[in-house]
Formats: sequence, structure tokens, C-alpha cells
Amino acid sequence: MTETRRQHDLSVTETVEASSVAAGITPGLPPDDPLHAGGETRSQWRDVWRQFRSHRGAMVALVLFVSTILFVLVGPYLWTIDPTYVDIRARNSGFSVAHPLGTDQLGRDMLARLMAGGRVSIAVGLTAMIIAITLGSLIGLVSGYFRRMDAPLMRLTELFLALPLLPLLLLMVTLFREPLSQSFGPAMGTFILIVSAIGATSWMQAARIVRGDVLGLKEREFILAAKSIGTPAHRMILRHVLPNVLSPIMVAATLGIATAIITESALSFLGLGFPPDFPTWGRLLYDAVDQMVMYPWRVILPGLFISLTVLCVNYIGDGLRDAMDPRIRGR
Amino acid sequence: MKKALVSALALMMASPAVAERGSDGELRVLYWQAASVLNPYLSTGAKDVDPASMVLEPLALVGNDGALIPVLAAEIPSIENGGISEDFTTVTWRLKPGVTWSDGTPLTAADVAFTADYCMAPGFGCAVLAEFEGIKTVEAVDDRTVRIHYGAPKYPPLQAFVGGRTPILQKAQFEPCLGEAGASCTRQNFGPIGTGPFRVTSFEPGNVSTFEANPHYRDPAKPAFATVTIKGGGDAMAAARAVLETGEFDFAWNLQLAPDIVAPMEAAGKGKLVGSFGSMVERIELNQTDPSPALGKERSTLAHPHPFLTDPAVRRALSMAIDRPILAELAYGPAGKPTCTIVPVPLDFTSGRDDCLKQDIQGANRLLDEAGWLPGPDGVRQKDGVPLRLVFQTTVNAVRQDVQSLVKQWWSEIGVATDLKTIDGTVFFGGDAGNPDSRARFLADAQMFTDAFYLPDPASFLEEFVCSRVPNDENQWQGNNSVRFCDPDFDARMAALNQTGAARERHRIAKEMTDMLTADGHVVLPLIHRGMIGAHANSLAGILPNGWEGSLWNIADWSRAE
Repeated sequence: MTETRRQHDLSVTETVEASSVAAGITPGLPPDDPLHAGGETRSQWRDVWRQFRSHRGAMVALVLFVSTILFVLVGPYLWTIDPTYVDIRARNSGFSVAHPLGTDQLGRDMLARLMAGGRVSIAVGLTAMIIAITLGSLIGLVSGYFRRMDAPLMRLTELFLALPLLPLLLLMVTLFREPLSQSFGPAMGTFILIVSAIGATSWMQAARIVRGDVLGLKEREFILAAKSIGTPAHRMILRHVLPNVLSPIMVAATLGIATAIITESALSFLGLGFPPDFPTWGRLLYDAVDQMVMYPWRVILPGLFISLTVLCVNYIGDGLRDAMDPRIRGR
Repeated sequence: MKKALVSALALMMASPAVAERGSDGELRVLYWQAASVLNPYLSTGAKDVDPASMVLEPLALVGNDGALIPVLAAEIPSIENGGISEDFTTVTWRLKPGVTWSDGTPLTAADVAFTADYCMAPGFGCAVLAEFEGIKTVEAVDDRTVRIHYGAPKYPPLQAFVGGRTPILQKAQFEPCLGEAGASCTRQNFGPIGTGPFRVTSFEPGNVSTFEANPHYRDPAKPAFATVTIKGGGDAMAAARAVLETGEFDFAWNLQLAPDIVAPMEAAGKGKLVGSFGSMVERIELNQTDPSPALGKERSTLAHPHPFLTDPAVRRALSMAIDRPILAELAYGPAGKPTCTIVPVPLDFTSGRDDCLKQDIQGANRLLDEAGWLPGPDGVRQKDGVPLRLVFQTTVNAVRQDVQSLVKQWWSEIGVATDLKTIDGTVFFGGDAGNPDSRARFLADAQMFTDAFYLPDPASFLEEFVCSRVPNDENQWQGNNSVRFCDPDFDARMAALNQTGAARERHRIAKEMTDMLTADGHVVLPLIHRGMIGAHANSLAGILPNGWEGSLWNIADWSRAE
């Protein structure tokens, strides 16, 4: 009895060690009674978080991003100067106690403007990104998974890629600015307009990437296996395909935020964006370009915030991608 | 006429010592908006008219003081010399003797008559047709005499062929371009033969054009420069740098930049700024009709008067709240002076009212209180449920956006809430009937832009404010009366002005009409009398500001100083 028992134990250890080297998992077989095995339970997201924490760049980026968001959300409650208040006597002032980051050419407080501008810019970036990614992934998934939808949807994508962006935006603004300002007020109306305009014109890259990945995935064995046991299409997509294409979507999303913030500033510059008394980072940057030589800080500060946000979001996306890929996790 | 003599003398005195033609080499000029055509009858933009003025010349130019200077004409027609008939129905011009085109052929009265036919030809779409309004025929009496026949008495009679926008074209060259063929005559429109100091050597629309001295120019000592290169493109900022900081170019045009940006550049000592003040006035128009979106197709039409901007007290208060000197100082610097009139020049026509120059927030508040507009719970004044809340639109331009923010703040101090809106310049000034954001459509309560007029007599400019010029659905929203001012009293005075010949009487009527719009009526709020700011290298001499003509109007007199 003892001999057989020892033999069995040895063989188990061998198997575990052999397999664990290749698979990169913790040594140890699943317990015989998993429900009462004890110890802490491990969910997928906890694993993702643990992996994410080990990515130093991503952690720094996350801290910076959260502090930027706190700066723009909580800041205005602590620093209560109205960002649009014109104080001609204090114009062009440098860093001082009354205006820690100086004032612009009309004497408006830069700190307050950066906070107010950040709110808008980050909100535009995030919302436009969500719209673009949702639309892009949906179209990519559908056209990659259903063969019949592939050709028409990809032609649609190409059509959108070929459309000149600026005339299209001009048209959208001309058609919808008035009705939207009527129903939501000028600021909210413009916000909805800009966010949907940017979202509707930047989903194509995501759609193409997702479609390509889905096409590759469809040929894999586990999909075949799932298909053979009769998994319906919607569950197939949600359970098996979507989680496996999350990492390219994440990357596309982080890049999308950056593009959205920059597109918004270009639109404001052309007069198609927010009203001029509505500061955004992009507008602050453009307004200051003329006085760049004399007041470099007015360009540097909003530029710094834009680049910092974009860089942070990119790093977070990088970390998330690593953390969510089961093949990399644990290494 | 004494005035004309004085300005001609001034011109002669300002010209530098006699030089030789072509002795000063190349002149490099930067127009940050590039010319697209060299024919002013196709485009009235300064970017096109200015380069063309080096080649094509009119019969007379308007001097800086508003007096006429003869160019191709031997003298300015007047009643005294018989050039203008007693009943103001004909004008007779005598041409200078011995003027030739740059191809050597002589200039004749037939060329002048042809130019009028060219512009008035049906199907052509002449850009300056308004200047030819009322002309029945133009007749070449003999080689050097041309007579313009008006159908009815015409005031002022000297209009066509005065100023660089209506120059004389060569009949032999443009004869195939009559009527509908006009716009497609590329060779002619890109390389007109003229009588001016230079002739075209190459022209690339939207890019570079080069000119050389005209060997047949009537003054053998002029022009001093052998060639001129006009480069287009870039923006005002880059243009200012190219002249004032790097010295790559000798002259740059139209630098509307905030004063604290150009002042340090000028301090570098490579060049100077010149400002010429014409009739350009930056103004805010207060819509007299209701732009409320609830009205659908009838928005901004005379059928619905504005809910509160028709109240004179509100308009006056809005004007009183604005600090014009501060605006001029902050946003325009040397390029603008505060003003209270939309007819700032010539001085004979200026009413001289300057009571608007002093900001009076308290007075404006009192005025609104007395008129029954009382502050509501949110600080916005209201009466009978109508809040003083307006949409204020203008074009995209850093200086204008600064002014918008300042005005918004001042208006908020008298309890008027303002929503700002900006529109791309080409859209705002676009003439398309379906364009909801154009100046003429005016779907806002207030709008700010610059307007100007080109002849020293403002009659045709004031005529823009008569009732029949209000843009509406029937005229495809094309009228010039964008403020939608409609007052029978004003129209009656306009009719009187159009039948008055006596100068003094004309001045009086025009002043009254201007005041009805501005100092008394406050329908149009003048802000800044704007100058055209150019920059030139220190080595360039002979530049004279002239607010009525293009920046290159006296380029024949320019020379290179030591």
C-alpha cells in the first residue's frame, strides 16, 4: 500500500513539474474537491489587476491620469475664479499668488482655464473614444464573423475612410448645430455634436483591426469545438471571440482618446467646435500660439496637459493589454 | 478741386528724387492671401485688386483725403470745367495725351467705352457692376474724349472708372471676352495688358506672380524697380516675421495681429508698420427682426420684429456698456481707433458725434431700470417674461474672439446674457442662399464684422440700409441690409440724397442718416475705425498710406533708399 501510494505521489509531482514549465502556471494540480479547497478565490479581473500592477509604466501613468482627472474635477471647487472672467488690469501677468499660472491676453486666470478646459477635453476624448470603439468593434466583429456581412460592411468602412473628414464635419455642424443647441443648450449641444462627429468619423481603423483578428480566430480549434457543441452565434461572439480580441481593441481605444482630444482642438480652431468663451485645452493651445515667443508658458501648459494625458492613456492601454492577454500574464 | 490739386502736389512732393527706371532691382512683396486672378472685374478681393493695380489703371484714383487724383484722365470732370453736365446726367472724361499700352499701342476713348460694355454685358456677372449702376451708354466722342450717359440725374456722378476696382482694359485684348466668355478667358484674365508701371511676366494663381517694368510707361524715370515678385500664401503672422524679423521680403500686406505681438517685431529695427485708414469700421449689428428658431422659415424676416432689440433703450444701453478705447488699445493697437460712426471718412460726411467713446455701465443700468427691464433671479434683466439674452456671432479670428469675450463681460455687467458663436469667415461672408450662418441670413441677435465703402461719397453705402435691401426669401437672402433696419423716414432721406447735387446739402443729409443708424438709433454699434496695416522694410521709400485704394496704389513711386 505504502509503496503504491509513494509511486503515485511521485508521478503526480513529475507531471506537475513537467507541465508547469511549459504552461507557466503555478505548480499543483486542481484540488480533488475544488468547492472546499480553501484559500482565496481568484477571479479573472483580480489576475488582470495583479498583472497590471507589475507594469511599472502603467502604474505611473494611472496615478498621473487619476490626478489629472482629480485636478479638473475637484480643482474648480478649490480654485473658484471664473475661467471666463476678464480682468483687463491683470492681463499678461506671470506666475503670482493671485494667478499661480499667470493670466492670458485678456487677464483670464490660466489655472482656472486649464481646469475648465481639461473637463471638456477629457470628456470629449473619453466619450468620442467610447463611441468610436463601440461602433468599430461591432462592425469589425459582425463583418469578421458573418461571411455574408463581410463585403458590404467592409465597403462601408472603405467609404468612410475615403470621405474627406473636414467637409463632412462642416456639413454636420451646419445641419445639426442649431437644432442641437435648441434642445440641449449651446454648450451641451456642441458637446454632443462634436463627440458624435469625431466618433462617427474615427471608428474605421478599429473595425478593420477587429475584423482581421476575428477572421484569424475563426479558424482556431476552440472555436471549432464550441461550434461543434452547438453554441449559438451571439454566445460564440460574446464568450469566445470578443475576449480574445480585447487587446487590439484596447490599444485602438487608447490611441482614439488622443486623436479625439486633438481633433477637438482642430475643430475649435476652425470655429466649428465649442463657443469661444468655452475653454478647452486645444483652444487654449491655439489661442496662445500667436504669443508663443513672448509668453511660452501659455503654450507649454496646455500642451503639457494634452501630451501627458495622451501618454498616460497610451501607457495604461499598454499595461491593460499585457494584463489581459492570458498568454503573457504571469510572466 | 482745390483739394485735388493739394493732394496731387503732396504726391509729387512725396516722390523721392529722380531715379532711373529699373535701377533698383527686384522688389519682393508678400501677400499672405494669394491672388487668384488679375482682373478686378472678376474679383473684388484686395488680394486680386492690389496686384492688378500695378498693371491696370483707372481714369482717377481716390486720394487719402478723399479727393480724386487724375491718373489716365487729363483732369477731374466738374461742373465748372464742363465735365459734368448741369443736370447731372452726363460725365465727360478727357484722357491724358500720349498714353500707350504696354504693347506700344495708344490708349483711346474706345478702350474706356469698351470696358464699360465689358462689365455691363449680360451674362458676364461683373463683380463691380454696382459701380456702373445707372449708366445708359458710354460713348467715345473722339480718340481722347469719352462721355458717360446716365438715364437719370446721378449723384455722385463720378463713380465708374474711379478707383483701382474699375480700371480700363485694352479693347483689342479683351474683345473676345465679352459676355459669358468673360470668366473663361484665362490668358487675358491672368495677363492683362495695361498702362500701369509694370507688366505681367508670369502668373500662377494662388502662388507667385512676377512683373517687370513697363517699357512704355508714361513717366520715363519710373518705376524705380526693374521687377516685382508677389508671393502669396502663409498667414499674417508669418508675413510680419518675413518683413520685420528675417527681412526676406520688402513689403507685407494686411497684418491684423494683436498689438503686443507686432510691437516687439517692429522693435527689431528691420522694418516699419504703416497704417492707412480708409472707411473700414468694425461694427456690431443688432438684429431688428426676431431670429427665434420657433419661427421656422420666417426667422429674421420683417414679419417678426425683435422682442427686445427694437426697444431703443436696450440698444442704447448695449452701446453705452462697451468701452471702445479699451477695445482699440487691447485688440488693435496702431491698426484701430475707437469710433462712433460708420462713416469715419471723409470728414465732410462725418457727423463728429463721439459721446459713445465713454463707457457708462451705471448709466446703462439706470436706463434699463427706467425702461422697465428689471433683473430676474439669475441676474438677467427681463420684462414681461422676455429675458435679455442674446446670441452674438462673428467670424473666426483671434482678435475678434478677444473682443467678443470683452463685450460679453460688459454686457453681463448690465444684466444682459450673451451666448457667443463663431463662424468660419468664408461661410459668414458667403453668398449662398441656403447658408444658415451667413451675414445676410443673420440667424443671431448681434453680429460683428468690418464693412467699408470705396468712393468718398457714402451715398451708395448708406443706400444699403433702405427697407428694400433687407434680405429675405424672395431675393435669395442677398440684400445688404443685414441689420434689417427699416424706417420710412430713412428711406425718404435716401430718396432726397439721390436728388441732391449741392455738396453741403448732401453732407447734411448723409450725416443725419448716419446718426439715425448709429449715434441716435444705436441699430449699428460702431466699434473701431480700422486701418489697413502693412509692413515694409526700412530700405523701401515712397510708400504713402491711402485708405481708399490698395496698398500698392503708388508703386510707381516706390524706390530703394540708401
